[in-house]
Amino acid sequence: MPKKNIEEPTWRELPVGCVISEPGNACRYKTGDWRSMRPVVDKEKCIRCGVCYLFCPDMAIYKNDEGLFVADLYYCKGCGICARECFTGCISMIPEEE
Amino acid sequence: MSINRKGIEVSIGAADAVAMADVDVIAAYPITPQTHIVEHLSEIVARGDLDAEFIPVESEHSAMSVCCGASAVGARTFTCTSSQGLALMNEIVFIAPCMRLPIVMILANRSLSGPLSIWNDHSDVMSIRDCGWIQVFTENGQDVFDHVFFAFRVAENPQVSLPVIVNMDGFILTHMIEAIEYWEPEMVRRYLPEFKPVNRLHPDKPVTMGAFGMPNIFTEAKKAQNEALLSSKVEILRAWKEMGDITGRYYKPVESYQADDAETVFLTMGSLSETVSIAVDRLRAQGKAVGQIKLRLWRPFPFEEFRLAVKNVKKIIVLDRALSFGGPGGPVASEIRAALYGEQNMPVVANFVAGLAGRDVTVNDYIAMYEKAEPFAKGKVRQDDYIIYGVRE
Repeated sequence: MPKKNIEEPTWRELPVGCVISEPGNACRYKTGDWRSMRPVVDKEKCIRCGVCYLFCPDMAIYKNDEGLFVADLYYCKGCGICARECFTGCISMIPEEE
Repeated sequence: MSINRKGIEVSIGAADAVAMADVDVIAAYPITPQTHIVEHLSEIVARGDLDAEFIPVESEHSAMSVCCGASAVGARTFTCTSSQGLALMNEIVFIAPCMRLPIVMILANRSLSGPLSIWNDHSDVMSIRDCGWIQVFTENGQDVFDHVFFAFRVAENPQVSLPVIVNMDGFILTHMIEAIEYWEPEMVRRYLPEFKPVNRLHPDKPVTMGAFGMPNIFTEAKKAQNEALLSSKVEILRAWKEMGDITGRYYKPVESYQADDAETVFLTMGSLSETVSIAVDRLRAQGKAVGQIKLRLWRPFPFEEFRLAVKNVKKIIVLDRALSFGGPGGPVASEIRAALYGEQNMPVVANFVAGLAGRDVTVNDYIAMYEKAEPFAKGKVRQDDYIIYGVRE
């Protein structure tokens, strides 16, 4: 049988009891869709301490090539914890446009 | 084959059957009238006669949660409750079938409060009518004993993998001493194979169970669950057939008594059925064409068997042991009417709500219901017509 669209299985294609047999596949789930506010880092003020990285409950913050801690918007739900914890106040939560 | 027949309280017999089924985990909280079943099981485990975990949880909510966890790791799992206990475990009751966990539960039927009552009716089971479990009703002690093995056999069948509720009337069955034919251990071994779960939580092959379902998958999940319940009937019928081949007792989704040439039939569930059969005999002696239909399988509802059983019947007197407040009378009658809607020569359905919270319903009461329903004719009874029998006006 040809492989169907994994994101939209028919009822017959669902595993018994809706079990998930592939570990770690939650990374395919775009929680970034939930976001109404987006964290934006002021590069001048950021001291690259990584406290935002430590506090992010979704591990959505990573260190980019410049050594700056930024949110992966694919997963960031916009909770604002990073902005709240940031020592320098360099993170602002900006409303997402419609 | 020698027959091992014991005079025993039905609750003790039920507990013995659960032990003979070699369960691995029992999680239950005592509640009247279910208490004797779990008490006896805890004794069996404490004596070392059954190698099982007896988990004395702090509530029924925990009991059903423990059952889900135990079943998920592949343990043969049993619980037992009544009324308020069922109400307290309600949240988890609906989750077990979607996760396809083959838990077996005996429900010692008792009215839901209020007013506070410990006595028998079917308001507890009717509150979870749509929970997705396979649900059967039992008429006497032997039925209960046999259906413990049946329940495990059907639930754990990999083609089914669904939880099963065995309903037994509180007090009328739980506290009655009856003659029960015990199965020989060899019969149990032959009937009930080892439990091999379809999925189980095990580090060698990790799976996630009970994950959330987004809107784009929820409808498919529910359709799959419904299809699983509907298609379980084939395996239910097979399990009854094979039990009959072993015990000589052949159970059916819809059972009849004197119904072949009957114009009027009583429709009953549970222990009322035996009393009604005596009323049928008396009415037959008066020359009335009366019979009886007993609904043993409640979910999945046996539409085909039911319609066949009543195809020549002119009137059905449905006995309900619960009320649908502000709705169409009793839950059983409303389903019976729905099952018949649009059928050719649809019989008249007379609905009596009786036997609430243990109020006695005697043979004479059934005869009185028959007489009360006599003038009911086609076109004069509506879907929402019902009579609360014996209520003081």
